[in-house]
Amino acid sequence: MLRVLLLTLSVIAITYAELCKPDAQNAFKVRLSIKTALGENAYAWDANEEYLFKAMVAFAMRRYSSKSTTQISNVLLCNVTDRVSFWFVVTDPSKNVTTVPGSEVEAAIRMNRNRINSAFLLSDKTLQFLKITSTLSPPVEPSTPAWLIVFGVVLCLIVAGIVFLIVAGIKKHKKKNKESTERENLEEKCEVTVTVENGIPCETLDLKAGHINGVFAADAERFTSL
Amino acid sequence: LSVPPEIPKEDGRPKWDNKFQYILSCIGFAVGLGNVWRFPYLCQIHGGGAFLIPYIIALLFEGIPLLHLELALGQCLRKGSIGAWNSISPYLGGVGVGSWMVSVLVSLYYNTVLTWVMWYFINSFQEPLPWSVCPLNENRTGLNEECYESTAVNYFWYRKTLNITPDVTETGTLQWWLILCLGTCWAIVYLCTIRGIETTGKAIYVTALFPYLVLTIFLIHGLTLPGATDGLAYLFTPNLNTLKNPRVWLDAATQIFFSLSLAFGGLIAFSSYNPPKNDCEKDAVTVALVNSVTSLYASIPVFSVLGFKATTGYWECLDRNIISIINEFDLPEESIMRQNYTAWISFLNSSYPEKIAGLKLKNCDLQEFLDQSVSGTGLAFIIFTQAIMLMPGSQAWAILFFIMLFCLGLSSMFGNIEGVFTPLLELPAIPKLIPKELLSGIICLICFLIALCFTLGSGSYWIDIFDSYAGSLPLLVIAFLEVIGVVYVYKIKRFSKDVEMMTGRKPHLYWQITWRFISPLLLLIVFVAFVILQIQKPPSYAAWNPKYEGFPMKEDKVYPPWVLAICVLLAVLPCVFVPLVALFHLIKRTHRTKDSSFVPPEVFSCQGTNS
Repeated sequence: MLRVLLLTLSVIAITYAELCKPDAQNAFKVRLSIKTALGENAYAWDANEEYLFKAMVAFAMRRYSSKSTTQISNVLLCNVTDRVSFWFVVTDPSKNVTTVPGSEVEAAIRMNRNRINSAFLLSDKTLQFLKITSTLSPPVEPSTPAWLIVFGVVLCLIVAGIVFLIVAGIKKHKKKNKESTERENLEEKCEVTVTVENGIPCETLDLKAGHINGVFAADAERFTSL
Repeated sequence: LSVPPEIPKEDGRPKWDNKFQYILSCIGFAVGLGNVWRFPYLCQIHGGGAFLIPYIIALLFEGIPLLHLELALGQCLRKGSIGAWNSISPYLGGVGVGSWMVSVLVSLYYNTVLTWVMWYFINSFQEPLPWSVCPLNENRTGLNEECYESTAVNYFWYRKTLNITPDVTETGTLQWWLILCLGTCWAIVYLCTIRGIETTGKAIYVTALFPYLVLTIFLIHGLTLPGATDGLAYLFTPNLNTLKNPRVWLDAATQIFFSLSLAFGGLIAFSSYNPPKNDCEKDAVTVALVNSVTSLYASIPVFSVLGFKATTGYWECLDRNIISIINEFDLPEESIMRQNYTAWISFLNSSYPEKIAGLKLKNCDLQEFLDQSVSGTGLAFIIFTQAIMLMPGSQAWAILFFIMLFCLGLSSMFGNIEGVFTPLLELPAIPKLIPKELLSGIICLICFLIALCFTLGSGSYWIDIFDSYAGSLPLLVIAFLEVIGVVYVYKIKRFSKDVEMMTGRKPHLYWQITWRFISPLLLLIVFVAFVILQIQKPPSYAAWNPKYEGFPMKEDKVYPPWVLAICVLLAVLPCVFVPLVALFHLIKRTHRTKDSSFVPPEVFSCQGTNS
């Protein structure tokens, strides 16, 4: 009895070994880069993690085709290396000792890739299913391109500055015109002062300067202008 | 006898608020984009620290004397470039017109470079940076092909910014985003130059000083980056053998010359607003030294960052190889590190040579990464943006970097625009009733409309043409004529007396010798060497052509004849005014030989022009 049991088990083991080996039919290679992804929080790859992996694959198969009754024991892992890479194959629960076609497994994995990644705290890049390509996520496009907003702000500031400067310039121009008419009136008064107070030129009233030597003041006109 | 203190001259000429503003404006004009992206490149390819020897020699015998000459000229004659040269001699009026023409041409394309900086600046506010990821292709199966074959940074520059055409003859369409940015840039220039030096004098405090702040920040950050010391060692290690190559001396002379922004007329315009009694000698030495020190100072962060980029590239190359090996041999992660990579490689090569050969590992050499030297727009928009992507907080670094470039370029634009604006204000043809604001607005508007050509698909090729032909050769000619004109037409003795009056001491023997002999001779040699080098090979350009077999390498193409004609026109146009104006005055003189109102130029002197 024991001998028959042993024989059956060894036959099953050998058959399974036949099913799961590198480059077998419908087998996929998986490669994990745990240390790259998690750094110091990296966990060690042991039998428990392998169990979780089998569970996730079984879960994926079940979710993919609702009539599937894949058990954890249907997922076979082999050739686990230190890299943390291994091959796996999914056997058909209804038919004995046959593997589920690779296309089904691929579709199932693809559909549930996100769940499988999160179970291991990894991403598409660090949990690689060689031969199963991941779909690229669509680019995130905001409704208004960000640069237009910045551009709008910059332009508004500049236009405000220009308008301010032009308006200030016009105001200064008007004030200067008003002042020059006032100064003409003042100068008339000054000329009267000059004739009354001998030789004090009007400009000294505006300047904080000290004395102006009359000789030098007249000297400036000696050079002819061209 | 009490000497009256400074009575402000009531000649209506605007003046600087204080001396510091004037010095800062000159420094801002001289210190520009070339200090950041041309000088470090020249240092690198011409033997590192050894390049400083021809550079300092050129500075002493060409840069400082010419700078002093221009500043003294403007301060003495108190007019813009056209008016100043007309005052020296009507026959030399063409020199002023030539300067003015060059300023116009350079203003046109220089602001377009600032447009590109502004475009990158406003794109730096996004997360992730738009030049860090490749967009997907139309059916979303993979990355965009052009981007995938080159890099994301290249793609953003050539496609998303320039939308460049494969050939200079294909003009492409106007790029609307560049037009928006160009309009903004010209609006900023208008805002700052609206009333001439009254407004630029205020703006210069920010635009001239802010780049130094950013350079210091980049210096401190750059020195903390890994690989910075490799980059700096590579830059500064002197290789004296390169000095045997005459090309090095030519590059040093041209770099000093173009870096100080001589012969544009902008410096003459700036110093014409000075009071006559101002020490222009000290100013010249100060500005030249600050310009050179800034070049050196800027090369330190630039090369720290380049060293960092080279090191990161080298590490990425190593990491790629390590991953290939680990995957192939199923070794545990982190068993091969960068440090023991060479040991592992030799071990594996001896045990499994066929497997290693099958992996097709790339040979990673740090020297090769460091050797990738680029100057100009390539340095700023491709290399530096790539390096910034690798730094944490890349948005902030990108924003700082592009604001710095913008300020550097803007302060140089002020000098260019003053070189255009000041002579126009003094032209008798412009009625005095036109307010300054209107004139500067008209100038900015006309320049903006013409510069729209540079926003076409082939725009960047045209900017290279303008830069190589309008912004180089005519300046050498004009500078040579300036020195000859002042020394031999105005007569050096009279000029020395004018300088003595302004600075209060006789010009030193050094100035006499350099002004009379050394600088003109040096300029002549540089000019001849420059022309010879240009003639030696047919002018070609590197085109970005995605359909080229060697893509992503650029395709070398030759300019078609009509483009060559435009190149020659650009180089000759400013220079041709000199003989034209001289001829015009000669003809005018022969028609009125006995006219007593014609004053011979000899009577002219510095003191008498203050009217």
